[in-house]
Amino acid sequence: MDLFVNQILAGIATGAIYGCMALALVMIYQAIDNLNFAQGEMAMFSTFVSWQLMQWGLPYWGAFVITLVLSFVGGVVIERALFKPLAKAPILTNVAGFIALFSILNSSAGLIWDFTIKEYPTPFGSAPFLGSQLISTHQAGMIGVTVLLLIALYVFFRFTRIGLAMRAAASVPESARLVGINTSWMIALGWGMAAAIGSIAGMLIAPVVFLEPNMMGGVLIYGFAAAVLGGLNSPFGAVIGGFLVGIFENLAGTYIPGVGNELKLPIALALIVTVLVVKPAGLFGRPIVKRV
Amino acid sequence: MAAVQEVVTEAPAIDAVPKRAMTLSAGTTLIMLALLLLVPLFVKNFIIFQLTMLLVYGLAVLALNILTGGSGQFSLGQSAFYAVGAYTSAILIENAGMNYALTLPVAGFVCFLFGFLFGLPALRLSGVYLALATFALATAMPQILKLGYFEAWTGGVQGLVVTKPDTPDIVQTVLAWFHLKMSQDMWFYYFALAVTIAIYILSVNLLRSRSGRAFMAIRDNEIAASAMGVDVALYKTLAFGVSAAITGIAGGLGAIAVQFVAPDGYTITLAISLFLGMVVGGVGWLPGSIVGSAFIIFVPNIAEGISKGLSGAVFGVILFIVIFLVPHGARQVAMVAQHLLGRLKKR
Repeated sequence: MDLFVNQILAGIATGAIYGCMALALVMIYQAIDNLNFAQGEMAMFSTFVSWQLMQWGLPYWGAFVITLVLSFVGGVVIERALFKPLAKAPILTNVAGFIALFSILNSSAGLIWDFTIKEYPTPFGSAPFLGSQLISTHQAGMIGVTVLLLIALYVFFRFTRIGLAMRAAASVPESARLVGINTSWMIALGWGMAAAIGSIAGMLIAPVVFLEPNMMGGVLIYGFAAAVLGGLNSPFGAVIGGFLVGIFENLAGTYIPGVGNELKLPIALALIVTVLVVKPAGLFGRPIVKRV
Repeated sequence: MAAVQEVVTEAPAIDAVPKRAMTLSAGTTLIMLALLLLVPLFVKNFIIFQLTMLLVYGLAVLALNILTGGSGQFSLGQSAFYAVGAYTSAILIENAGMNYALTLPVAGFVCFLFGFLFGLPALRLSGVYLALATFALATAMPQILKLGYFEAWTGGVQGLVVTKPDTPDIVQTVLAWFHLKMSQDMWFYYFALAVTIAIYILSVNLLRSRSGRAFMAIRDNEIAASAMGVDVALYKTLAFGVSAAITGIAGGLGAIAVQFVAPDGYTITLAISLFLGMVVGGVGWLPGSIVGSAFIIFVPNIAEGISKGLSGAVFGVILFIVIFLVPHGARQVAMVAQHLLGRLKKR
């Protein structure tokens, strides 16, 4: 029983990261109706930037804040420079663009910081949380930050003018333009926020998976799965989806015989596909109503 | 973010390609054919091998094109079908001693069944969700091939070595009259070329037939198609099956050409490459498949040649340049060329 509870808690902790990643994906999906395959590499690059800042002697939180700002700017610049010109191109061409961006970021990070695995500090420490053996303070910190982030996003979209403008631009672009919202910049803003959220996910998971250019590969896939499971148009669903995927992953790895690290991913994905077959819009997603 | 998700007309995932625009004119076809027939006579064996792979990936991209460009379904799982085809051929050749040419139809048939069955649950999914489902298939396939249960046939992690087919005696004797010889590589190239041309003709005819029109009707508007009496479920799964069958045959050819199958040769990277090939070649434009195939075979090598450490970045930059210049891929180039030719003729 102890093992069971332990696995669930560990699942929730890693799930928090998947949730963070999924949130970033949902942000971009809201803005451009497409999943960003390069999201994980953007997060990885941000994490490397923060590591570099710390190597130069900045304190953790200082590096954290600067990285957030840089990632935001980076996200906006990528959208303006690379994806705005592709706005009129077919969707599949955009997807090819994401793959190109993925390749560029991965390869450049490898050249700048090389492929050796690096230690990454955690601000929360790794002592047992509240004296319990089940969960460490870092894991508790990851869960806390994700929940805080979700609340902050909720407040942003619900109670600020610019949040409202972004929602309007995402759901009915034509009408939003008529009331004077600059929808094109709203998309850039979405990219910036997604990049910033992704960088938080990267900085939180780096102490667990260690820092290297390929660190986000697995995380991104689980993030996709989480976003799709929760429903692509629901930030709340994305976070819950993240927790669920984290729990699935851990339980499958522990209890299904013959499932090593290798088969964990396919089984988690198969389970998600099964859920989708029953509920095609995801658990918390709103089914898209089409007018004929 | 409560969004009013009501869309008046849903933007189609891919631009509708008119039926006639899916193929080439007779003159261009003849030039292409002549090039494919004659070039191998003048190059080294290694380049012939690369040309064979060009045909193999060209077939696989063509298969994805039928699925995505034809019926509008998106798949990131093509590497799984490719793997099944490759293993079917390899196992039949090595363990059952079957002739390599005969294993291809078997590989195609096995993959057709596999794709058809996979298409059934995929019916309820579309767009990103279908992408995720097929993605799951692609990531699972190498792990399934490594499983201990199948090791007696698949050779587990080590994989299987496939023997290279010899040039048939009859060809050798005929050529000997003219004091000529044909290497194994060259023979297999022409074999692959014959298979590719046959499948290309079949695919073009498929898309021109009643079934092809049904695919395209589903791609353009599923609801309208079903209102007109198209059996949406049947044709969607059929598209998956046909696409899987062609990919499987490509996989079989690829296994024989490379002379080796191993689980790690068929990862998601392969599926992504095939996808890029389709985009670069032009979605829904069948002759573009060979252009896309050339892109995914040669551009990574070129990138590596420019900079070893930054090859990924160079590849990404080249890809960006291509999609910036021609967002519709090689199809766009062909359209512009045809337009210019037409203006020249008028003068």
